[in-house]
Amino acid sequence: MINRFVPDLAAALAGVSDGASIMLGGFGQVGQPVALLEALADMGLRDLTIIANNAGAAFGGMTRLLETGAVGKVVCSYPRSSDSTLFQELYAKGRIKLELTPQGTLVERMRAAGAGIPAFFTPTAAGTLLGAGKETREINGRLCVLEEALFADYALLEAWEADRWGNLSYKLSGRNFNPVMAAAAKITIAQCRHKVELGGIDPDDVITPGIYVDRVVHVPEGETAV
Amino acid sequence: MSATLNPIKTYTREQMAARAAMDIPDGWFANLGIGLPTLVSDYVPAEREVIFQSENGILGVGPKPAPADVNPWVINAGKAYVTLLPGASIMNSAESFAMIRGGHLDLAVLGGYEVSQTGDLANWSTGDNEQAPAVGGAMDLGAGAKQVWVLMEHVTKSGQPRLVDTCSYPLTTIGSVTRVYTNIAVVEITPRGFLLLDTAPGVSFEDVQARTGAKLHR
Repeated sequence: MINRFVPDLAAALAGVSDGASIMLGGFGQVGQPVALLEALADMGLRDLTIIANNAGAAFGGMTRLLETGAVGKVVCSYPRSSDSTLFQELYAKGRIKLELTPQGTLVERMRAAGAGIPAFFTPTAAGTLLGAGKETREINGRLCVLEEALFADYALLEAWEADRWGNLSYKLSGRNFNPVMAAAAKITIAQCRHKVELGGIDPDDVITPGIYVDRVVHVPEGETAV
Repeated sequence: MSATLNPIKTYTREQMAARAAMDIPDGWFANLGIGLPTLVSDYVPAEREVIFQSENGILGVGPKPAPADVNPWVINAGKAYVTLLPGASIMNSAESFAMIRGGHLDLAVLGGYEVSQTGDLANWSTGDNEQAPAVGGAMDLGAGAKQVWVLMEHVTKSGQPRLVDTCSYPLTTIGSVTRVYTNIAVVEITPRGFLLLDTAPGVSFEDVQARTGAKLHR
């Protein structure tokens, strides 16, 4: 019998070790796996690569993860926040590496990873500093850069509903990067607000089929986004 | 350089946004950048249906909610609470950017530091290496939307032109800006270079040319 549910956050994060690459779902404060992120910060890990859209806002446990020195590198599109300067301070001191990637390229690299596409050409960033050093080709009269698929060891997601097969639904703008990361990681771990029976999510409403999901932990944090 | 120029009355930020909004046709799909461009949606004439996209995965963004009506699950790319119009749809980030990169949006309105006469845009970095750079979706929007309009002050705080021969800041996109709305003028990017379409009230062609870093056509 398939049962992706694990009893607690520790079981959900079992095996995550120093040097791991970890995708974090969420855009701003919405759709972030806050409980998983806070539990991760408590593990005392080092040298993690964090792949997410944003880095280092005051909310959602990312600040604690940065404070503990667990993060060696961030891959993201927007490492600025109006409510926290911690990432900037670490960056200025040379304590953290940054791979800045345009947001659309970042998510398409993840999509490609999950879809078995090793690399793709895109006009985004062609002729700019973020395209510098990359293979280029003119396609239909347009300069394009070659971007490679972006994989991770783990993806940490926040879902709205989940069943024991790992089928997931999301809530409004909480969907964002979550379903894309689900397919791009070797081990995909979701926290869900609601645990439902098989069939409890209408097949039309399953956004992430359970085939992409390895572990689910039920974190009933209520109905709010933060 | 501004000290030697004729003093002119300029548009406010709200007037700049309203001037750009006036030119968005009924039925267009548009993405508004963070900051000043976000104001544009407040000024679209009521009889026009313009659908706004937010790159975190919303098509059909509505106005800002009253505090009592905030839905914590509905934010825009600027991480501000917004509403969903009847008919709105939600998509994941990959589909949102496929929509952007695939040329399905009629318009992106972006902020800017500089625009060159060939339509290059610089808006993400001042080249200051102390601060960690951030780009968000600007490069994808610049490369993907059918029309890219830039909303920015005509000159810098020290009076240097922002409409230039060649951008001095790191580029966001090459050759994709189609129009610039500033606090004194509306300028189209054409194969000949900058073409003046309109000015703020009381501003002359010569006033705009004197504040522009490349030849202005009319």
